[in-house]
Amino acid sequence: MEFFERFAIPHPSPAIYASMVAIGLTVIAIVAGLTYFKKWGYLWREWLTTVDHKHIGIMYLISALLMLFRGGADAIMIRAQLAVPDNKLLDAQHYNEVFTTHGTVMIIFMAMPFIMAFMNYIVPLQIGARDVAFPRLNALSFWLFFMGAMLINISFVIGGSPDAGWTSYFPLANNEFSESVGTNYYMFALQISGLGTLMTGINMITTILKMRAPGMTLMKMPIFTWSALVTNIIIVFAFPVLTVALIMGTMDRLFATNFFTSTNGGIDMLWANFFWIWGHPEVYILVLPAFGIYSEIISTFSGRNLYGYKSMVGSMLIISFLSFLVWTHHFFTMGQGALTNSIFSITTMAIAVPTGVKIFNWLFTLWRGKIVITTAMLYSLLFIPIFTIGGVTGVMLGMSAADYQYHNTMFLVAHFHMVIIPGVVFGMLAGLHYYWPKMFGFILDEKIGKWTAWIISMSTLLAFMPMFFSGLDGQARRMYTYSESTGFGIWNMISFIGAIGLAIGFVLIVYNIYYSTRYASRDISSDPWDARSLEWATHSPVPEYNFAIVPHVTSTDALWDSKYNNHVLFPGKYEKIHMPNNSGIPFILSCIFFAWGFSFVFGMWIPAIITTIGIFICLGHRSLEKDYGRYISVKEIEETETKLRGV
Amino acid sequence: MKINHSLPLEYSTHQNQMNILGFWVFLGAEIMLFATLFSGYFTLVNRTGNGPTGADIFEITPILLETMLLLTSSFTIGLAIHAMRLGNKKAMNVYFVLTLLLGLGFLSLEVYEFIHYVHIGAGLQTSAFTAALLTLLGTHGAHVTFGIFWGLFIIGQLKSRGLTPEVANKSFIFSLYWHFLDVVWIFIFSFVYLKGMM
Repeated sequence: MEFFERFAIPHPSPAIYASMVAIGLTVIAIVAGLTYFKKWGYLWREWLTTVDHKHIGIMYLISALLMLFRGGADAIMIRAQLAVPDNKLLDAQHYNEVFTTHGTVMIIFMAMPFIMAFMNYIVPLQIGARDVAFPRLNALSFWLFFMGAMLINISFVIGGSPDAGWTSYFPLANNEFSESVGTNYYMFALQISGLGTLMTGINMITTILKMRAPGMTLMKMPIFTWSALVTNIIIVFAFPVLTVALIMGTMDRLFATNFFTSTNGGIDMLWANFFWIWGHPEVYILVLPAFGIYSEIISTFSGRNLYGYKSMVGSMLIISFLSFLVWTHHFFTMGQGALTNSIFSITTMAIAVPTGVKIFNWLFTLWRGKIVITTAMLYSLLFIPIFTIGGVTGVMLGMSAADYQYHNTMFLVAHFHMVIIPGVVFGMLAGLHYYWPKMFGFILDEKIGKWTAWIISMSTLLAFMPMFFSGLDGQARRMYTYSESTGFGIWNMISFIGAIGLAIGFVLIVYNIYYSTRYASRDISSDPWDARSLEWATHSPVPEYNFAIVPHVTSTDALWDSKYNNHVLFPGKYEKIHMPNNSGIPFILSCIFFAWGFSFVFGMWIPAIITTIGIFICLGHRSLEKDYGRYISVKEIEETETKLRGV
Repeated sequence: MKINHSLPLEYSTHQNQMNILGFWVFLGAEIMLFATLFSGYFTLVNRTGNGPTGADIFEITPILLETMLLLTSSFTIGLAIHAMRLGNKKAMNVYFVLTLLLGLGFLSLEVYEFIHYVHIGAGLQTSAFTAALLTLLGTHGAHVTFGIFWGLFIIGQLKSRGLTPEVANKSFIFSLYWHFLDVVWIFIFSFVYLKGMM
């Protein structure tokens, strides 16, 4: 029994036991369903072993939506606990676990896969490529991310959740103050999924630099592809910092080293610095692809080309550079002196300039455009004012002298939610509605979609505006309760109502997916929005080889030119197409990584060694394997094309 | 697979070119990895707690030998790639084996060095300084170890498959990796050991 005791949860509650039962039942239901409908083979062939960037993109999308609800459940618990003063719904420890997992899940396991979904699905289509540069590495990226997500998600039923905040500051996160294995889970889940993200970064940069269609110079790339390129450059330079920080933190916890301790020379602030050298660029990793999607949507539904394309590209490059020079603003109050704080204040405020350029470019794109309000466009238009509230309060927080008033209050919480929700979540939802017909061949219901957009955006204001006031009044973040005499009660109650509104909005999105899957017309063209770039030049749903003939490009709006300016997009005739083979190795390797992470979390050294060997066996197998892909014949292409044209 | 004969073998297919570019991007990430380790080391270098300082524990002889071995191995891998360009499979093989042997020599000295440090009371848990030092050296050493196994796999494929575009590509990428480890070592030698002994 002693062996099993270590897996027990340190702070059990009825809710956790209920979740255990729910997880068990769901697993049984999935296994039974797959067996009953004989879908195991289909699952293995089409999804688990796929190297197709489109399938991988869809898997990212599904994971992101699942994690949205996982993190959303945490959010509702937080708001419910704070809704009234002196509430006893959650105790302090449980509340710590809930806000920690809420932050970690939403940033790493919801927002990241959401942007990865669109980068995977759309970038190769936008540049006229057949797949990414390293298709199998792409599959490995996804499965590593997925296993990292699974690892953090089993923490709350096996061994206990992380409870030191999503930033996991030391010394709070060391063994003395975080006794459960929760923080180990945090370290390994982030490490494993971070490896996957780094691989995506390398893969996407190579894809964009080496696989563009003939004629597509860098300055003729669609703007979303540009945003993906800049994002992945940030990924490649930011994620190794996180890797090292996590290694050091793990060693402090598992091997009793002294990196971040307060004895034998350790400095806890070193963690904070490393964390935010990764963490601040991470913010831009999330928001730049969303900006790219907004740019695509706003120019499509304004019926004109994007205003200030070159300044859009330039501002993204400047943002990517500045994003590495602002990390100290996350801890102005932690004693690095006036000079350092002043420098970082200035770099922080400087970021508002290129961001402002982008806002004005969108406004000028709308100016005298033939605006069509679709759901995707509605999200984009709602994003601009709400994001600006978040952005301006960010400049307020960026002033280091004033920050002493705002630091660690609900004002900060309000700020970053007002940036991330309109910036990233609205962007991803806009992208979901915009690209859904390309991915699945039908349009999500516009009426439900627009209602949802209004509910989500108004609930965002309702949930987070009150925090600005309670924060300025002195309500600290991460406190599990407050007394009635503080007067915070009314603000938190309004926030709770807003949170419920958000929950309703997200449920409506799922309902919309269900409703449209059943009732939406399948008879749509491959270009339902009258769009401008290459992803709309192929069929919906997209054949596995993307384009039967490699497109030729002469401008940023290649498809538009072919529709209205007599540009010949597909010169030449069919040739046989080289495609990569499926492989089970990425999935198997990632499963081993899961077991590897789990062994380390509990300090089980024998399984840790065995799984490490297993990882290297997979790498060796890859080295020796002879896999030259396969060819799709001209006859097959002709058959597929005739079928997809639907004549 | 289209093969362009006007280019060196390792660049002759589109996939090969992408592999090389991808690996350069990976090396960019590796630079950030080691830069972070270095900045951690420089932050913690004087925070020795009750443990020894760098000047107390560094010994020039094994370190110089390690440096010689690794720098020579970088030269031999360069010769291996030169031989590959000339199409001389036998010489390439010899230089590859030589490179890995030199790497192995480096690694055994480093293992000896680590045992020595632990022996004289400068273990991983002693102080922030020792933790940062051993993590930086250990990460580099782990890279060399990985490289030796990787190199063995390439030698095996050179033997069984001959000098195909694929094997040439793998060999070239391996040489980039090996040179990179050498560059990192030059920084370690200069800024960890020499600076630490001053």
